[in-house]
Order: sequence, then C-alpha cells, then structure tokens
Amino acid sequence: MELCAKKHPPEEERRVRANAREYNEKFQYASNCIKTSKYNVLTFLPVNLFEQFQEVANTYFLFLLILQLIPQISSLSWFTTIVPLVLVLTITAVKDATDDYFRHKSDNQVNNRQSQVLINGSLQQEQWMNVRVGDIIKLENNQFVAADLLLLSSSEPHGLCYIETAELDGETNMKVRQASPVTSVLGDISRLAQFDGEVICEPPNNKLDKFSGTLYWKENKYPLSNQNMLLRGCMLRNTECCFGLVIFAGPDTKLMQNSGRTKFKRTSIDRLMNTLVLWIFGFLVCMGVILAIGNGIWEYEVGACFQIYLPWDAAVDSAFFSGFLSFWSYIIILNTVVPISLYVSVEVIRLGHSYFINWDKKMYCAQRQTPAEARTTTLNEELGQVEYIFSDKTGTLTQNIMVFSKCSIHGRSYGDVLDVLGHKAELGERTEPVDFSFNPLADPRFRFWDASLLEAVKLGDPHVHEFFRLLSLCHTVMSEEKSEGELYYKAQSPDEGALVTAARNFSFVFRSRTPKTITVHELGQAVTYQLLAILDFNNVRKRMSVIVRSPEGRIRLYCKGADTILLERLHPAHHELLNVTTDHLNEYAAEGLRTLVLAYKDLEDGYYEDWAEQLLRASTALEGREDRLAHLYEEVERDMMLLGATAIEDKLQQGVPETIAILTLANIKIWVLTGDKQETAVNIGYSCKMLTDDMTEVFIVTGHTVLEVREELRKAREKMMDSSRSMGNGFSCQEKLSSSGLSSVLEAIAGEYALVINGHSLAHALEADMELEFLETACACKAVICCRVTPLQKAQVVELVKKYKKAVTLAIGDGANDVSMIKTAHIGVGISGQEGIQAVLASDYSFSQFKFLQRLLLVHGRWSYLRMCKFLCYFFYKNFAFTMVHFWFGFFCGFSAQTVYDQYFITLYNIVYTSLPVLAMGVFDQDVTEQRSMEYPKLYEPGQLNLLFNKREFFICIAQGIYTSVLLFFLPYGVFADTALGADYQSFAVTVATSLVIVVSVQIGLDTGFWTAINHFFIWGSLAVYFAILFAMHSNGLFQMFPNQFRFVGNAQNTLAQPTVWLTITLTTVVCIMPVVAFRFLKLDLKPELSDTVRYTQLVRKKQRAQHRYLRRVGRAGSRRSGYAFSHQEGFGELIMSGKNMRLSSLALSSFATRSGSSWIETLRKKKGGDSNANSPSGGADKPLKV
Amino acid sequence: MKNKNSQKAEERPSRCPDNSAFKQQRLPAWKPKLTAPTVLSSFFVIGLFCLLVGICLILSARSVKEIQINYSDTCRDCSKLREDSSNWDKECNCSAHFTLQENVTGDVFLYYRLENFYQNHRRYVLSRSDAQLLGQDVNIQNSYCAPFSTYSNGTPMAPCGAIANSMFNDTIHLSYYINSSTAIQVPLLKSGNSWWSDKNVKFRNPSSYNLSSAFAGTARPPYWQKPVYLLDEEDERNNGYINDDFVIWMRVSAFPTFRNVYRRLSPTKQFADGLPAGNYTFHIAYNFPVTKFKGKKQVLLSTITWSGGSNLFLGIAYTVSGAVTVLAGFIITAIHLKFRTKKTYFQRQNPSR
Repeated sequence: MELCAKKHPPEEERRVRANAREYNEKFQYASNCIKTSKYNVLTFLPVNLFEQFQEVANTYFLFLLILQLIPQISSLSWFTTIVPLVLVLTITAVKDATDDYFRHKSDNQVNNRQSQVLINGSLQQEQWMNVRVGDIIKLENNQFVAADLLLLSSSEPHGLCYIETAELDGETNMKVRQASPVTSVLGDISRLAQFDGEVICEPPNNKLDKFSGTLYWKENKYPLSNQNMLLRGCMLRNTECCFGLVIFAGPDTKLMQNSGRTKFKRTSIDRLMNTLVLWIFGFLVCMGVILAIGNGIWEYEVGACFQIYLPWDAAVDSAFFSGFLSFWSYIIILNTVVPISLYVSVEVIRLGHSYFINWDKKMYCAQRQTPAEARTTTLNEELGQVEYIFSDKTGTLTQNIMVFSKCSIHGRSYGDVLDVLGHKAELGERTEPVDFSFNPLADPRFRFWDASLLEAVKLGDPHVHEFFRLLSLCHTVMSEEKSEGELYYKAQSPDEGALVTAARNFSFVFRSRTPKTITVHELGQAVTYQLLAILDFNNVRKRMSVIVRSPEGRIRLYCKGADTILLERLHPAHHELLNVTTDHLNEYAAEGLRTLVLAYKDLEDGYYEDWAEQLLRASTALEGREDRLAHLYEEVERDMMLLGATAIEDKLQQGVPETIAILTLANIKIWVLTGDKQETAVNIGYSCKMLTDDMTEVFIVTGHTVLEVREELRKAREKMMDSSRSMGNGFSCQEKLSSSGLSSVLEAIAGEYALVINGHSLAHALEADMELEFLETACACKAVICCRVTPLQKAQVVELVKKYKKAVTLAIGDGANDVSMIKTAHIGVGISGQEGIQAVLASDYSFSQFKFLQRLLLVHGRWSYLRMCKFLCYFFYKNFAFTMVHFWFGFFCGFSAQTVYDQYFITLYNIVYTSLPVLAMGVFDQDVTEQRSMEYPKLYEPGQLNLLFNKREFFICIAQGIYTSVLLFFLPYGVFADTALGADYQSFAVTVATSLVIVVSVQIGLDTGFWTAINHFFIWGSLAVYFAILFAMHSNGLFQMFPNQFRFVGNAQNTLAQPTVWLTITLTTVVCIMPVVAFRFLKLDLKPELSDTVRYTQLVRKKQRAQHRYLRRVGRAGSRRSGYAFSHQEGFGELIMSGKNMRLSSLALSSFATRSGSSWIETLRKKKGGDSNANSPSGGADKPLKV
Repeated sequence: MKNKNSQKAEERPSRCPDNSAFKQQRLPAWKPKLTAPTVLSSFFVIGLFCLLVGICLILSARSVKEIQINYSDTCRDCSKLREDSSNWDKECNCSAHFTLQENVTGDVFLYYRLENFYQNHRRYVLSRSDAQLLGQDVNIQNSYCAPFSTYSNGTPMAPCGAIANSMFNDTIHLSYYINSSTAIQVPLLKSGNSWWSDKNVKFRNPSSYNLSSAFAGTARPPYWQKPVYLLDEEDERNNGYINDDFVIWMRVSAFPTFRNVYRRLSPTKQFADGLPAGNYTFHIAYNFPVTKFKGKKQVLLSTITWSGGSNLFLGIAYTVSGAVTVLAGFIITAIHLKFRTKKTYFQRQNPSR
C-alpha cells in the first residue's frame, strides 16, 4: 500500500521493455496499485487532527481552550470549552474513519482482482496491484483491462480484439483494436516470453483517444497509435483472449488520469457560516476591545481607589495591563456567540436528513432492490439550492436499450396500438404483445404491440417483405449460433441490433454471414444472398448500403440512412409516398424516436459490373482514395425507391421527461454531457422534452477551429439578443433572475433556445479566452447538450459553471466516465444498481433512477435547506441573546469579565437546555407537505436565490438576539438595582438565566412549524430539565460535597419563590416575543400574498398549461430534423468484406445454415494458410458469446 | 459484480426501507399558523393583562414608605477621618436626625445602602472560600482568597478573601424621641434577616466545644476590628460564620449600588404596628470608609410589600408594555383589515385572466 504513494518527477518519455522487470524498475514507474483512501492506521490520528484543525472554527476553540488555562485571564472554567471540542473532534473523526474504511475496501477489492501475468515464461495469477509496467498479461473475454496495455496479439485473426469502453468514456458501442502486425503473430506463450521489444512513448496523460509511441524490436521501428492500445477500465468483448504489454499502470493509466482529484466538498452554507464566524470573531474582538478599554479606564478611575477592598492581582501593575488581560477574559466569555455546538448540531441535522433520504420508500427502486443512499452526509441543504444539473445520457437518462418501436411501410404506419374506436391508445396493462411463437427463431425478448404488421407479413405484402428483407440484409451485425435456433447477434450498435432483431421476429431471420454471402431465413426458408458490396457508413454520408445478388440473380442495392440525406436521393416518381412517409417521420421524430429511412434500388447487371470495376480501381488508388470512393457511392445511391422508415426508441429511464419538466419549472437548468454522438444526444434531448419543437432555435456548434467556434457562439448570441430586443425585453444572462420578478420570468420564457455543442468545439470553447463567451451563450439557453465529450471535459464544463456562475451544480451519471464530473460538481449523484460502481463510489448521493432526482431535490433538498436555515437563524439568535447579556453587564461590574450566569449554566446552555428543541426543528420541520413541494416546483426557488439564510437574514437574527439580550439584562436590572429584594448577584443570575431559557423556548415554539410528538417532548422536556438541573445544582447535597463548586446553594428556592422574579420573567418574555409575533404576522399577512403565493399559483398554472399544450402537440408535425442516430462506426463494412473479423470456427458453424456450396471457406482457408495462429487451438475454441 | 449484488439481495429479503411514519417523515404533527384571530386576540389579552398587573404593581409600590439618609455626607468629619487608614483604631461616632410625619405601619426594615461599591467585580466575587465558611478545615491558600488568605507569618485568615475582609462594619442604632427630650432605643432584631438556606446550609461554624477554640490558629481579616467569633457575643446562634450581618454581606450584590438588610423592627410595645410618627435619630459608629473610592453610604428605613420595595420600575414597565401591546393590537388589526380587502381583490382577479 505504501508503495502507491510514491511521488515521481514528471517524466518526459516512457521507455518500457517487455519482459524485463529489472530494466523497467530503473524508471520507478507507478505500480498498478491504486489508492483513493486518505489514511492508514498510523497516520489517521495526526492527519485527521491536522485536517480538522485546518477548520477555522476548531482552531479557534483550541485557542480559546489555551486562553482558559491562564488563571489571570480565565473567566470561565476550562470544561466549558473542552467538553464540546472533544465531542466535535470525536464525532468528525469517527465519521472520517468510516468513510476511509470503505475507500480502503473498494481499493482493496480493485487491487486484488486477479490477472494472468506472463512471468518467466509461464502464466501466473497475480493481483492487479502486483502488475508492473513491462509485464505481459493475458486477458480473457469479459474481463476488465487491468492497466493501459499495448495489444500484442489476440486470439482473433489479424490481432483484432473488441472492447467495450462504456466504463471509460460512456460510449456504448464496441470498438476494435488491432495489434501491430509484427506482434500479432506472437500467438503462444513461449514466443511472447521471448519478446523483448522496447516501447518508447509519451508520458502518462489523460487523453483517451490519443497515443503515440514507437516499438523498437529486432532493430526495427514500428509506429504505435491509440488503435493498438487497451485502456484500463475497458472490457474485453467477443474476443477469446488477448495479450498485452503494460505501458501505464495504476495512477498513470488514462482512466485514473481522467478522474479528478477527490476534493472535500463544502456547502455554500458551510462557506457562509465560516465567513460569518469570522465576522462574529471580528465583532467579538470589537466587543473585547470596547470592554478592555472600559476596563482600563475603570481600573484607572475607580479600581485604583477601590484597591483597599480589592487589590490588583500581583502581576497587574497598571490599568492598561489590566485592560489587556480583561480583553482576553472577555474573549473567553463572549466566545459563546459562536458556540462549538453549532458545528456538532449542523452535522447531526445533516446526518438526520441523510437518514431520511436513505429511508425514503419513494426513492427505493423495487426492480433493482436499491434504496437511495446519501453517501456524503454533509451536503444535504445544498440539495435545496441546485441551479444547474449536469447529466450523463447513457444509463442515466436512457436505459441504453434500443427498441424497435414503430415503422412506416409503403405509406402505412405500424406500431401504434389502436383502441376499439381506432384512436391511438396508451399502452395499458391489458394490451397483449404480438405473439411470435410461430417463429422458432424469434427472440423471446422482443415485444411489439401492433398485430397488424405481423398480419401484413403473413399476408405476404411485398412491401413489408422487402422492408424486412432490407433490415435483415443491410447491416454489419455478426451472428453467432451455438446450436440450431439459438441465435446471438453481435451488433456494434444497439440500434442496429434492434433492427435486425425486429426483422428476425417478423420472420426475416439474419442467420449468418460470410465475406461474400448473407444467409437469411425468410419465412422459414433459408435464402443466401451474395454480398457484392458494403457501402460503409460514415459521418458525412449518414447512410449505409449493401449491394446483394439474390438467388434469382437480381442485383439490388439496399440503403438505410438519415432522412435528411436519403429523402433527397429518392426517385422523384414516388412523390405521394414520400409525403406520407415524411409525415410519419415527423411524427416519430416528435416522439423522440430515432428514425431511419429505408430505400432500395435495382441495379442492371451491366451497370453494376461497370461500377464494381470503378470501385476496384478507386479502392486501390494511391491518391484521393476516399474521395473517389465517396464519389462512386454517391453515384450509385441515387434515384432509390422508398420503402419506408423505422423508428427506434432509445428507451428512457422511467419518468425522465416528467422529471425534467418539473425540474425546469423549478428553475433548474439541465445540461446533458454525453460521450455519445451528436444525433443521438439531440434525439434524447427531444425525447426527454429538454428540446422541444416550440423552441425558437437550437444552435448547433460543431466548429473545428477556434475561429469557427467563436463565430458560431457569437452568431447564437446575436440571434438571441435580436429576438429579445424585438420582444421588447432586455436580454439578461449574467444577472441572476431578480427575486422571482414576474417580468424576468416572462423574459426567460420569451426566447427558448438550446445549444448543442460538439466535443472538438467544446475543447476550443473551454479555452481560457473563450470560456466566458461560451458560458454566456450556454446560460442564455434553456437546454444545453454537449456531445462527444471526454470525462475531463465534463469536469471542465462543471468547473466553468462553478467558477463563474456561483451557482450550485449537481452532476448525475452512472459510469466511470462521469466520475470526474461527479467529483467536480458541488453535488455528485451516482445511478446505482447497474454495472459499474465507480460513479456511485465517487458520488455523494446514489439511487437507481433518474426520476428520483426530483424527489431528492424538491422534497429532501428543499426541506433540508429550509430546516438548516431555520436552524441557523435560531441558533445565532439564541447565542447572541445568551452572550450579549455579558456585554451589558460589563458596564456595571467594572468591566471585570464577571459572567452574568452560573458557569454550569454557561456549559449546559448550548448542550442541554437549548440544543434538543432546535435539533428537533432542524430535523423534522416541514413548511409544506411533500405533495405541495412537488406540485409547486417554484417553491424551490428561495433556495437557489439563497433567500432563507444569507447575510441579511443573519443580521436580522443577530439584531433580534441583541434586542433580546438588552431586555434580558435591563429589565431585571431595573427591577433588581437598588431594591430591597433579591438584589444579590446570584438571584439576578438565576432570574436572567430563567428568563433566557423561557424566552428562547417560546421563540423555538414560534419557529417550529411542525410540532411532532418529538418536538413537544424536546421543548417541554428542555424546560423541565432546566428547572430540574437548576434545583439539583442549587441543592444542599451537592453543595456540601463540593462547596467551592456549587455556590448557588438554596438560590433557586429562594429566588423563584418571589413573585417579583416571576413577574420580571413574564414581562421579559412578553416584551421579547410580542414584537416578533407582530412582525411575523404582518409579514405573513402582507408580503407573501403580494409577491410569492399569488404569483406562484399564477405562474405555475400558466406554465403547466403551456406544458400541457406542447405535450398535446406531440402528435402534430414536428420539425424536419433527422432522427438518424446510429452509434455507428466507420470501417466495419470493410472488415466484413475482408472477412478479417470472422473466426474460422464461427464461419464453420454458419456453414450448416448455408448448406449450399461453401467454396469460399476453402478460399479463405487457403488465404489464411500461412497464418498458423488462426488455426491454433486457443483461437479455435469456441464459446457462445452473449452480447 | 451484478451477480454478487443480486445474490446479496436474495440473502437479505428486502432492502426496502420501512414504511413507518417516522422514517417516511409523515409523523402526525400540529402545524400552528399565525392566523389573524389568534394573533390579534393574544395581543389584546396579553396587553390588558400587562396593564392590569402594571397598575397593581404601581399601587403597591406607592404604598411603601421609605426614609433614606446619606450619612457619608452627613458625617463628613468621620468620612474624612476614615480616608486615612492609619486612623483605623480611632472611634468616630455620628448621628443623623429625621422626622416621620405619619406612622409607618407594617414590617419595617433598616438597611444600609452603598453606592459605587463593586461587589460584583469578578475578582471580588471569587475571593472567598465557601469550604472554609462551611466550617471545613481547608487549605485556603489554594482558594481564590489571595491576597486575603494568610498573613505573612502563615496564620490563615478566618474568614478569608476580599469579600469577608471588606465587610460592612458600621454599627447603627435608632432612637425615638417620645418627647422633645427623652429618647428611647427602638428595638431592632439583628437575626432572622437572611435566607434560611444561607444561615443553615451555606454557613457553618467549625465544630469545637466553643467558638473561640474552633477558630484557634486563625486570625481575623486585616480590616476587622474583632475576630469572627466575637461578631455577636450575645447570641451564640448569631456568632461566627453564621452571624446574620456577615451572611448577608457575603451574599454579594449584583450591582455596585445596593442595599443590604441591617436590622428589622421588633414589633414590641409602641412599635407593635411599626414606627409611630415623630422624631428619630440614627446613632452611627462610623468605621467603614467609602469616600476614598468615591462611594456613598446611606441608612434606610423602609416597609415592604408583596411586590418588593418602593421601586416603581416593574409597575411602569408593565403598564407601558401593556399599553404598547394593546396599541399594537389595534394597529395590526387595522393593517390586517385594510389588507384583507386587497387580498380578495387579487383573488377575484385571478380567475378572470
């Protein structure tokens, strides 16, 4: 463990030699052990104490404690400070220790994962933490990559291997990595053990998609790129096994480099509290100075003469020195304005709120059996102040399940469930899914609700047949069949898988493929098509096509792609069909479905021959190959016949649109940061109602250069400015909405804009000179979507908003790629219950569904904030009322730092007499019920605007406290001074203390808005306990045991027996409380009706109406936007055509399905004859791989 | 990972939180609201109550009769003499005359009153040893009594500390002129003026066969003229630490101006109902220096009532706050009524939109 912590000087380049531990040890690279924990058994106490004493408050109390130990100064016993201080330190330490224990546990779990390392020519099981740079390790299918590896060889042909990078960057599609050709032949262990190549590469960095290095082996240089790398956090998929050379380990891996540093999070109230404590400290010093000067003057004028009765202390030789000492004495007495119990109480309240979150049944997910969890207990009230939410997409907003939902075939739309009257019906419980049992090859998990489509298939509608034929042919999915009928599709994107699966269930079963053929079971009959060409997908084309020759010998091109692109390339003859299909597409798009247009084209034999020849020439051309290919593709994909369109639902998590709508109403801005593609992200934006067709404009920033991005941002801003000016409203972005003014709300509604920004553009936009521009633009928009962002960029965006907006940010995500963002944001929320727990481990709160966020914020957050604010207000009030009495008394006791109260009262006041009622209020108080909080999201706004506890509120509390202290002191003074009765110090002390306890109890009764049995018990109990302790402390027994400690013997009975004392207490209570009642009542009577309540209800109703409007509008025509959103990758077509990615075994398996001549296998065998690896036993062993 | 989780879930039947009212924050609760009827009625009720109490208090304080004579001014010679501490052993007597126009009936108390005497100073308050005063044999050197704890030869002071040392030691007698020439001593009680708990619990003499032996080995405080066991030679139960004058002095006052009970009129003979009208004279043995620290001494005769002495403060405070509360009640009512019309106006406007 200790090794992990070693620091290294920054490296300039990294040299790694394979199988040479001794050589590599010279460089002292970080080992593969990761450490996120902070302490160990030995360092815990000193480090933790050091950390705790970095808190201003704790040091302050330590300082006070030291002061109290000086007898000349000590005006209070030392125990008044040390008891609470020790209590606070212990509670915090225990909490830190448990937190760290769990971090140790998770570290250990990761560090002790097993991996197979090649040591001395044989494979040995090693723990991850013992893997060294330069080791060669073997990875098996579905294993996590242990460190950043250089892929040396794999079981697959050509050294290919597939990885899933979801944990790393959130992209869900599989990626291909290929070993360098020289190393890919090192198939077996003995050859690998002799491998002694040396890699020289860049030092560790956090760029996930870049790697540059060189392999020196046998006096040759080979370039290495990211294509050869397997990064830690990835998972090996569809690959038997592979070998890799460890380049970066542990903290140097790109995954770890990308996860931001763990920072201690504080809430804004914490920060405010610390500021206030400093101010109070300043105030304390001022009071101390005033009283010290008073003391100096008094000692000079009066005390000097009074020395016959009261000589100065031996050490005191002048009035000045006496004043100096009295300064410190007063600092000690008056320190209770910031009692240390404040910090304990705050922690206790937050802990209570955390438990309420953990206990909340409405945030429990029954499916995954995961309750919500507050993993950090110190941030609760911040949940009530969130202004920006940064959300991941995949796994957070969506379930990452693609479902074939609807389709339009030859002008008819399928997929809607119609009720008896022919209206669209909602999916109820009664609707039965279509029965696919007739089809033995059907995927049992597939659900479709519209039976008419199946009927159409059965009736033999040629269009429908052609439609599904296209789906079963035009794709790059690989199939695997362990036994007859048990088909598994390996799709590189889930969308494609969904489409092929749909075709499969509708009896067009894609069975197997070879580089030159595709076998499909059409309505139970095996048909083998000859695959002539795959016109691969890329981001510009946004479409893919296949050219196949049917068994009848007809050559046909099948194409699927984005509507915007495809609709232009259709044959003009089908105008009517095009219109109908466009309507359907719009309808689908408006529902947030991902759409694809399908088309075909028959090709003449002669034309195809010509074209194929040109293609061959183009693909072998040395210059401008890409362009020439693109041109050829363009040429053939023209004048196609429209078949229809598909609509795929990227399944949202439950309740996402509703949650987003409610959070938006609560004036929370939601930004989606996703590693996914722009189209996908935008689509999700629409389906979860972040983007709507009502929006004035959606700006899309995709510039590749600084200038382009700047220009695009500027244009967006100008447009917004223009339109708001034309609306007659001033455009305001930077300034916060002034306290819920009607006009500003309207203004925000007036222009609804959204911003979509791309990863590269974001990189430029986040540079120091442009970040403000970007932020201004983004903040003016209702919705912001950043796509293709790296984990670090996510964190940078959050950091940017944090830095300039001074707003509370919340990041929510589920994957390892969200960790940095979760750590950066004020509040990090992890979606739990899914694979991968890194996000949860880094998060402050975790639950399993995005929709719980609204409850977390609007109910728990709001209450926490409210309770904390009420608590703080009352707390400062009660302590000022308590302490300031000493200040006034100073003027009557020769500024001698004599306390008004008994020292036991001072010790117990904050801990016993007044702590529980305010804690009960801080834990249980509710202003409105949870239902109201959800119904009126506007109720959330005071938290965002920081209205309930801020400097102004603080001063009001302080003023009230001082007012109370004045009355508490001067009313008894008026009664007691110079009278015959009870004018002694002890009676006065008891009277003031009793008045104080009663006044603050009445005040807490007034503040408590929600009197549960516990509140009753605590409030009445505290009063009872006060009197009980008072009488006990003043009892004879205690005095006789400790006469010098309990001097107030008999005081309670004697003082409280006098009617005047009770009359004084009553009067003080009345005079302290009645103004507060009057003020509160007037505020309640005058203010809320005028500003808040009426406006709330009006605005909320208005907004809800507006929301209903667009929800209803969903059915109507949407915008012409492309829903094409495949998480496709370029290059798969080529792979398939080359046959590279086909394992012999799987090819062999597919042969029984093909039945017909398998001559191509022979050719392939011949072709691969030289490649011994392909036939090696390890490569041949076949297991069914589930995707 | 997933498998592990689901296994765990199976082992533990449910991780679902309890559906208890407490955990779901649905505890039944009383939600008080500041409604107009409760607030306004409380204002009027409390206001009227305060007014009533205030008037009673004023009336009762008015009934108190009080005579106050500032003898540190009257006995200027003695004051001067005492300013020089070397004259501590010289006696100085002084008398002050006053006339009662009417009878003072009821319990009459004789007080001494000190001005500008900081009994509430922190160091003064601390300067005592309650253990010593409880008759326990304690090491007073460790107490806060310094510098009045031991003499330089090591003899401890009994009682120790600045409070005890500065005890008020003037003796005051009151004589009544039955006629212009004959005066009789007004009978005054010197015990029974202190709290029972002080006299019986807080202060105890050290136990021994007699008081002087109990205090053997100790010395009187430097400013005292006689040792503690001679404070009241006539009454054994009022001597030593449990001497009433001493006990009362040791109960330090809250403010620098204070009065302590000195004597109580013994209701005997012609004084059975109080002090009759006529001429009186205080005979004062002036021992206690005050002018040095700009202090003043008074002697006071006063009756008491249930509400205390002649202090009008509480009565006035009650009356004023009662009046203000009632007034505030009216103002709030006015504001509330005026506003209520506004509110309905708003509400009516709302649906019309």
